Amino acid sequence: MKRIGAALLGLAVLGFAAAAARPVPQVVDAAITAEGYPAKLSDYGFFADLAKRTPAPRVIGYDLETALFSDYTVKQRFIYVPAGAKAAYDPAKAFGFPVGSALIKTFGYGAGAAFRPIETRLLLRRASGWVAIPYVWNAEGTDALLKRAGTRLAVAFTDPSGKPRQISYAVPNQNQCKDCHALSGQIAPIGPKARYLNHGGQLQKLVAAGLLDRAPADAPRVARWDDVRAPLDARARAYLEINCAHCHNPAGAASNSGLFLELDRKEAVTIGIGKRPVAAGRGSGGREFAIQPGNAGASILIYRLRSTDPGIAMPELGRATAHDEGIALLSQWIDSMPPAPATD
Amino acid sequence: MIRTIAVLLVLASSAHAKTIDVPAGPNAQERLQEALLDARPGDVVQIGPGRFELTDGLSLDVDKVTVRGAGPDKTVLSFKGQLGAGEGLLVTSDDVVLRSFAVEDTKGDGIKSKDANRIVYKDIRVEWTAGPKASNGAYGVYPVSSHTILVDGVTVKGASDAGIYVGQSERIVVRNSTVSQNVAGIEIENSNHADVYGNTATGNTGGILVFDLPNLPRMNGGGVRVYGNKVFANDTPNFAPKGNIVATVPKGTGVLVMANDGVHVFDNDLSENATANVMIISYRPKFEDAKYNPYPRRIIVSGNRHGRAGFAPDVPGGGFLTAAFGGNAPPVWWDGTGVPAELGLRVADQVPVLGLGLALGAPTESAKPSKVELAGAEVPQPAAVVLPAEMEAAAR
Repeated sequence: MKRIGAALLGLAVLGFAAAAARPVPQVVDAAITAEGYPAKLSDYGFFADLAKRTPAPRVIGYDLETALFSDYTVKQRFIYVPAGAKAAYDPAKAFGFPVGSALIKTFGYGAGAAFRPIETRLLLRRASGWVAIPYVWNAEGTDALLKRAGTRLAVAFTDPSGKPRQISYAVPNQNQCKDCHALSGQIAPIGPKARYLNHGGQLQKLVAAGLLDRAPADAPRVARWDDVRAPLDARARAYLEINCAHCHNPAGAASNSGLFLELDRKEAVTIGIGKRPVAAGRGSGGREFAIQPGNAGASILIYRLRSTDPGIAMPELGRATAHDEGIALLSQWIDSMPPAPATD
Repeated sequence: MIRTIAVLLVLASSAHAKTIDVPAGPNAQERLQEALLDARPGDVVQIGPGRFELTDGLSLDVDKVTVRGAGPDKTVLSFKGQLGAGEGLLVTSDDVVLRSFAVEDTKGDGIKSKDANRIVYKDIRVEWTAGPKASNGAYGVYPVSSHTILVDGVTVKGASDAGIYVGQSERIVVRNSTVSQNVAGIEIENSNHADVYGNTATGNTGGILVFDLPNLPRMNGGGVRVYGNKVFANDTPNFAPKGNIVATVPKGTGVLVMANDGVHVFDNDLSENATANVMIISYRPKFEDAKYNPYPRRIIVSGNRHGRAGFAPDVPGGGFLTAAFGGNAPPVWWDGTGVPAELGLRVADQVPVLGLGLALGAPTESAKPSKVELAGAEVPQPAAVVLPAEMEAAAR
């Protein structure tokens, strides 16, 4: 009780100090690290101008070379690392973020000034580990409110091919955040890894801003899934990793499937080639293998990406639309594989 | 003295525990999910009587929480309008008790628990209310990748794969449950040390299945006892989507053991299963997995009571079989793969056994049926599965 009181006092003092003395609002560190969850996104002070999402000091925007498909949303991503600390570079795993860091991801539709935010998901690094929580924006786009239990919103947008779409957009509940972000039961970031950030000088920018400890010249880099100049296999594997491997890995939510899709996974059957389903149910769609080499149409993987039925669709969360362009890429990849000799 | 301290401890811990009531009514999705998020260890989430119309999967990730309804016919979580998530309710925490409510018409699985140890499913009903359909979800009750599991007094109807499915787990009890109109009634898969007893499996495609599959993180299941069950008239045509292993189960299968090491099938009442009351087979599809053993080993079938069986085998050449055996094929089948004495296959039920004479991986069409003796060595049963007293208390 005393501790909570102190934390609240800390919040009040910081808020007062920010308003009275500093021209630029600062991130409210106690909001990130204290127990419980602030009711409003504005309580964190991540943005100097929240409606325009102009970042506060030490809040740096970034993007991923290949990103998770989420119903064609545009995502605005930011990293915050508290003053006096730096994230530790790692060549393979997500960077080691110090306590008090935050990853801020706003989902919405529309490019540039036309962007309309729907929800902002936060990953907060506390002393006890990461917590993940969603905030839903108000209609005016001025602030977002805590929505631990998630919600559904009717959303209309135009996809990149010019097709108008109307969907029931699902804001995940707090447990569903963890479904994707859990490794052996502990919440972990997915995107901020060297290979996803290593383009356009992003790593160097983070180092220059004092958020990251180093950016080695030999940092790895994934292929852009839609870069037709990159090798097909590299594009497909990057797409599979960022869209599937957060669950489909030996410590993830889909560990029991035995289908593992990390970028460095080599065994053919483990990445789905000639692999029979185990608990797919009607997700199999009458097909026998996750990937039938040379035949995308006969592959369960493509069938499940095409579907929006919750009993069939993969990924299981956050997908009310099929990603036509991603399906085209993976279909091309599977069709290009030499067919296996007949089985059975 | 020790008893006094124990009582005080119980009082102390329950002083902090609270009950979160969730009555039926509007906005059920958010209210119910919020209760599951707000619950602290020791709490009870009490779901009131009535229907709860849900659009998304619910989930629980807090240890030591009891989720209780007013009864499996009184508190109904309906997922008819489900728009997202692969199951109705997902549990990912330990020491959870699910009791006295129903889950209906989920688009995917009914209730899944993963990495959820010491879970109790008691007086739960999972049902697809339009009967057996390929568009029903796969599993009704679905504990997976966990240890110490109790499924007690559960009813599952209409699963397009298995009604009660326990996968890649150990220390399992499935008892006093009723499964009907599923493709598989009860399935224990890639799991070890399970007791399956006192259940009624009828009107499924296959009643009780004990399977082991390749290419999975946990393999080489066994140490399973299937006893004191009523497994009869499993006569629903197979409606599983092709590609799933249960899609190959013939209609009219009683107990089916595939691969596995150490399965004891005894003291069951088996009857009116049109293909066979008991089947012992190897894993038949092609596979690539050096760590996997496709053969059934040390399978002991004894002391079961056999009613009519084998009167309409749902296999290629089934008509030939009934004709050859004068109307009814033998009630116990073995696929004929491997050497019975080496594998330790033993059928001591005093009924004829049909061998299919199939080489490993050979298609069923190449069967050379004949009567066989399976007289492998008698081996002791695995010890009974004993669950922690707290779990037994929670199920009383």
